[in-house]
Amino acid sequence: MEKPSFLRDRIMPVGTILLALLVIWYIAVIFLNAPFERDTAARAGTPISFSEIVPKTMFQQRPVLPAPHQVVAEIWDTTVNKPITSKRSLVYHAWITLSATLLGFGIGTLLGILLAVGIVHNRAMDRSLMPWVIASQTIPILAIAPMIIVVLNAVGIAGLLPKALISTYLSFFPIVVGMVKGLRSPEQIQLDLMHTYYASPSQTFWKLRWPASMPYLFTSLKVAIAIALVGAIVGELPTGAVSGLGARLLAGSYYGQTVQIWSALFMAAALAATLVIIVGFAHTAVLRRMGVKP
Amino acid sequence: MTITPASVVSARSLGLTFETNDGPVNALTGVDLDVNKGDFVSFIGPSGCGKTTFLRVIADLEKPTSGTITVNGTTPEDARKNRSYGYVFQAAALYPWRTIEKNIALPLEIMGYSAADQKARIERTLDLVNLTGFSKKFPWQLSGGMQQRASIARALAFDADLLLMDEPFGALDEIVRDHLNEQLLKLWDRTNKTICFVTHSIPEAVYLSTKIVVMSPRPGRVTDVIESTLPKERPLDIRETPEFLEIASRVREGLRAGHSYDE
Repeated sequence: MEKPSFLRDRIMPVGTILLALLVIWYIAVIFLNAPFERDTAARAGTPISFSEIVPKTMFQQRPVLPAPHQVVAEIWDTTVNKPITSKRSLVYHAWITLSATLLGFGIGTLLGILLAVGIVHNRAMDRSLMPWVIASQTIPILAIAPMIIVVLNAVGIAGLLPKALISTYLSFFPIVVGMVKGLRSPEQIQLDLMHTYYASPSQTFWKLRWPASMPYLFTSLKVAIAIALVGAIVGELPTGAVSGLGARLLAGSYYGQTVQIWSALFMAAALAATLVIIVGFAHTAVLRRMGVKP
Repeated sequence: MTITPASVVSARSLGLTFETNDGPVNALTGVDLDVNKGDFVSFIGPSGCGKTTFLRVIADLEKPTSGTITVNGTTPEDARKNRSYGYVFQAAALYPWRTIEKNIALPLEIMGYSAADQKARIERTLDLVNLTGFSKKFPWQLSGGMQQRASIARALAFDADLLLMDEPFGALDEIVRDHLNEQLLKLWDRTNKTICFVTHSIPEAVYLSTKIVVMSPRPGRVTDVIESTLPKERPLDIRETPEFLEIASRVREGLRAGHSYDE
């Protein structure tokens, strides 16, 4: 057996895909941005060759598709070169979105767990709630987001909470589904054992159902945190928000700032990846403490 | 000196019918049985004879549909609420997220024993089942036989005089099984418990028991109750003595009689 190598097993496969994506991206940049250069040259009446077009497609002000190095430069400029309190700092906007994401994720997790506990312990709740939980996810979030903002504004709630609630709306669903399955995962023999001890329902919950549901909870949390971020961004789109990654995306599309859009997109992706990785670490740490076979 | 032995389990014309989609199934009919204090009673019979069901009725895991049964002089439900029995299942049913000592602590936590008392009881019961030194291991780190021993330790940890065992060694190989049978007899001797033991192995039933209850299926009923004449001290090679073989053949006959008009 060869020794597992971090370079060979982790970096190489990911790196290869990354390289392939970059190559495809650069080719797409040339072909998507070339028509603009040809039009410009035609209007000026100067003939232009393909080899003259290629370098120009890499540095347009408002390209159809910005080149990777343009996006990297923009991200660098708006994160490192701007103070994070500035409205032009991407870190500032990311933080606005992140705070709504985390608040929404927190409320969604709590709500999801409470609903799952109710559904598992109460037949009436199982019958009446579960169809609504599923139906809630068939409504397009983009349609319901402005309603939530408007309704909450009417009762005097504005700012962070309405956006967070849209995150909650998306993130509670995987938690409910995962936790219902997790809390029902103990085998009959493990439940019988509790019965022979004359354990109270709360003892059965905390000593059996809850620990048994942990693997299910963390799997759900990973899905939930990623869609909580999507929820926060979507919450910023139709509501005229002036800050946050969603607002950056919207402003970028109003003014044709494609480089700004792409850098906001990459920031969102990096944020989502970081959040999922953090939940993943928590998952590993908890399961290790619970003695899971490595 | 003759003392009337106290009855731990007493069943009178006990019956249990399961309502299934294919109509009612008679799991138990007309069971009359007494288990006295200090007895080691084996229930033997082919699958479907109701031996496990009878054990589950004693444990209040199933409710009888006719007849009466008392456990420690009360209803099975009250006996369960008094925590008067320990139950060992066919599978070890250890909680995988708890170490061996934490698994044994589970009933103690639920029944509210003090931390110091828990520690002492864990140590004592681990010693009883020869698992000292494995307290910090997780269940998956132990072999099947060791896991089953841990589950016996868990049933012994609290003060219940009655031990109900449902084919505890059924999934283990012959060698491990012999060893555990020997240990179980020693343990029974040292702890003075009353044991009800479900099995489908004739040698196991004869080797362990003071009383063998032979059951037969469709409907589940008791066909013979055999009082063992073997001495309390039983080395493994007692299984080759004529006395042992005679009891074994009576058990086999009882099983065959129960089967005859069905097959």
